[in-house]
Amino acid sequence: MAAVGSACLVVAFLTVIYAAGAGLYAGRTGSRAAAVSGRRAIYCLAGLMLLATAILEAAYLRTDLSFRLVANNSSTDTPTFYKLTAMWSSQAGSLMLWVLLLSLFSSAVLYSTRKSLRDITPWATAVLAVVAAFFLGLMLFFEEARPFATLMPVPAEGNGLNPLLRHPAMMFHPPMLYTGYVGFTIPFAFAVGALITRRTGADWIHATRRFALIAWSFLGFGILLGALWSFAELGWGGYWAWDPVENASLMPWLTGTAFLHSIMIQERRGMLKLWNVSLVIGTFVLALLGTFLVRSGILQSIHAFGESTVGGPFLIFIGIVLVGSVALVITRRTDLRPEAKFDSLASREAVFLLNNLVLVALCAFIFWGTFFPLISEALTGKSESLGPPWFGLVVTPLALVLVLLSGIGPVIAWRRATVANLRRNFAFPVGALVATLLVLIFLTPAAGSGTSLIMFSFVGFTVAVVIQEFWRGSAARRSMTGEPRGVALVRLVGRNRRRYGGYLVHVGIAVMLLGVAASSAFADQQDARLSPGQSMKAGEYTITYRKPTAEILGDQSGTGAPITLGAILDVQRGNRHFVVSPSRNYYPSGDAGPISRFFEGEATSEVVVRWGLLGDFWAAVQPDIEALQGPIQEAESRFADSSGQVQATAIQAIVQSYANNPPPAAFRVIDTPMVVWIWLGGGIVMMGALTALWPGGSGRRRLSSVYAARLGRELERA
Amino acid sequence: MEYVLALVVLAVLVTVVVARPWVGGEDLGGRVDERRSELEAAKEAKYREIRDVQLDHATGKLSEEDYKKTDRELRGQAIEILKRLDELD
Repeated sequence: MAAVGSACLVVAFLTVIYAAGAGLYAGRTGSRAAAVSGRRAIYCLAGLMLLATAILEAAYLRTDLSFRLVANNSSTDTPTFYKLTAMWSSQAGSLMLWVLLLSLFSSAVLYSTRKSLRDITPWATAVLAVVAAFFLGLMLFFEEARPFATLMPVPAEGNGLNPLLRHPAMMFHPPMLYTGYVGFTIPFAFAVGALITRRTGADWIHATRRFALIAWSFLGFGILLGALWSFAELGWGGYWAWDPVENASLMPWLTGTAFLHSIMIQERRGMLKLWNVSLVIGTFVLALLGTFLVRSGILQSIHAFGESTVGGPFLIFIGIVLVGSVALVITRRTDLRPEAKFDSLASREAVFLLNNLVLVALCAFIFWGTFFPLISEALTGKSESLGPPWFGLVVTPLALVLVLLSGIGPVIAWRRATVANLRRNFAFPVGALVATLLVLIFLTPAAGSGTSLIMFSFVGFTVAVVIQEFWRGSAARRSMTGEPRGVALVRLVGRNRRRYGGYLVHVGIAVMLLGVAASSAFADQQDARLSPGQSMKAGEYTITYRKPTAEILGDQSGTGAPITLGAILDVQRGNRHFVVSPSRNYYPSGDAGPISRFFEGEATSEVVVRWGLLGDFWAAVQPDIEALQGPIQEAESRFADSSGQVQATAIQAIVQSYANNPPPAAFRVIDTPMVVWIWLGGGIVMMGALTALWPGGSGRRRLSSVYAARLGRELERA
Repeated sequence: MEYVLALVVLAVLVTVVVARPWVGGEDLGGRVDERRSELEAAKEAKYREIRDVQLDHATGKLSEEDYKKTDRELRGQAIEILKRLDELD
């Protein structure tokens, strides 16, 4: 079947070359046949990529080790759940995923615009096809990126999936991120089409706004899942490390956020056209950069799974996209002139622009911090990184401003805010801000951290703004229709999904940042080496190491680890007592002796987290297996040539010796407040995004009879 | 052999699909249909804008003067769209 998969990719490559040609021809000549044919070629691309992906996934599921990718990233004993996800742990597999997602997104947008944007769509088809051709070219012409390369002779066993990736969040994190990255190709392609045809109004935005929002939502959810994975799997106790690949995913999300806000100004007032095309170009380039960072290995990162030769072509492609797009924007600058001007700095337009500037500044700082090692190496010959404290220093004040603006934006008036407007809309939120501040100062220990105090107060302000908006909106509808309050509220949201979905997103982001601020400022992290019977303290918890655990094939998390060593801990907080059992999984290495390989491979922490609304308890253990080296070496020399059964008995005896004579183990325990609010906030954001994305009926059905009648009368008069 | 066979079969299938518009086997959609579709979308967007403005006014984010001005502009634009839709009939 590998041959069929390879044939799919070759035909897919030829198909997108044709689609690009057909799109360009249709764009230049207006040929309808060429435009439709190009669109159909993109549909064919989706079919071919679905077939190729199905072939590869089937090979993973049946562990067909003749596929090089399967042998490299899976094995017969890899759990089925992780066999399904192993595809995107490899470079070739993730490139496949990119093109598959791009083909599906492209098909969806070209189908939805099949009866509109006749001038722009052919050019957009060409752009989408060229992007697909680049990724398919990598898979066809670079040996290491070939998904259907085969091995001869076929190995007896595969390498297995990287143990760090054996976590449920990893099932969804990479495809979510990639869906986000890929999704931004759609508004980019249509922006290029709009620039080429000089149709720089809001048409291209109307056609692609939903895709941009889908991309933004998936990227955000992917980032959140990555943070959850980091917190629950990596064993260091945090959820964000300012790792280059984490940053690479955050940057397009920030510019994408700016884009989703600023297009409202273009739609409403015909302003910020140049800014919007620049943002969408920047977001797409950053999405490409994110993929490049993961796949090139250019910056040290836990995510960069090895050095790669596709880095060069990636960089060239990014350069071409950037230079070409900027040149296009410059040549069309006269078509991007605003149709209106800012009336006042105290207006919603100005607040949105300020919000955009803060988001872009955040992105610029993160870009600088991420690439600083490369910049410093180029200038001084020595690679230096800036580290989390630097990021915290520059990001924190900007995050505070963002939370405040996310509260001001929804209620400040368009064009020009009057004193009456400010008084009417800000009295309650400002009251909530002051009340939050006073409660925190006098009733909680939050006063110990100025940053947290400001953040909590701003969050109070933003939540109050949104409550006020829901209340006033439903009151306004109630007065017009006479509906009961609850019905009015539901119908208000249903008829204005984009607006009220957006408000929910604001609350979600504020709640997330509340969790970040609280957990950053008030966490108490303690490290200790303990023998059974000894205790340590972390925050308000007293932890006693009761006894070790040692199991063969006893991993509770289903990762397929053969050996698990851990500890049973008694935890006391006031009158509350509970028992937890953190552990560490050991996976066999491929290049050591028959017994020692079981102790010298990768190891992963199985962290224990007790979630709570106000505080979380987090614990990890690192057993000291140095003490087992003696028995391991002895067993290796005595049983190296023995049967598998004998070797298994020897391994079991070694593992049991750890339980019988436990050496001191290293523990990390964290009493951290409100981390769970980050995930709750993420849930609210997703709920808001879903509300905004929820499909509605046609304008004709949604148009109220009042509007229809009034418009009809005016039409007669006109 | 399997590779060549797959290549030929897939290439033929794709060719059949993409060639259809060229040989006249598909309704390509007339300019009038497309224009109507665009205008319907524009009308929907304009109605949404009118509702947005009304809600902004009702919740105190648009002064009376600005509301009247914006509402008049938007309704004028909506009427233009309706006129253009009528012209297609």
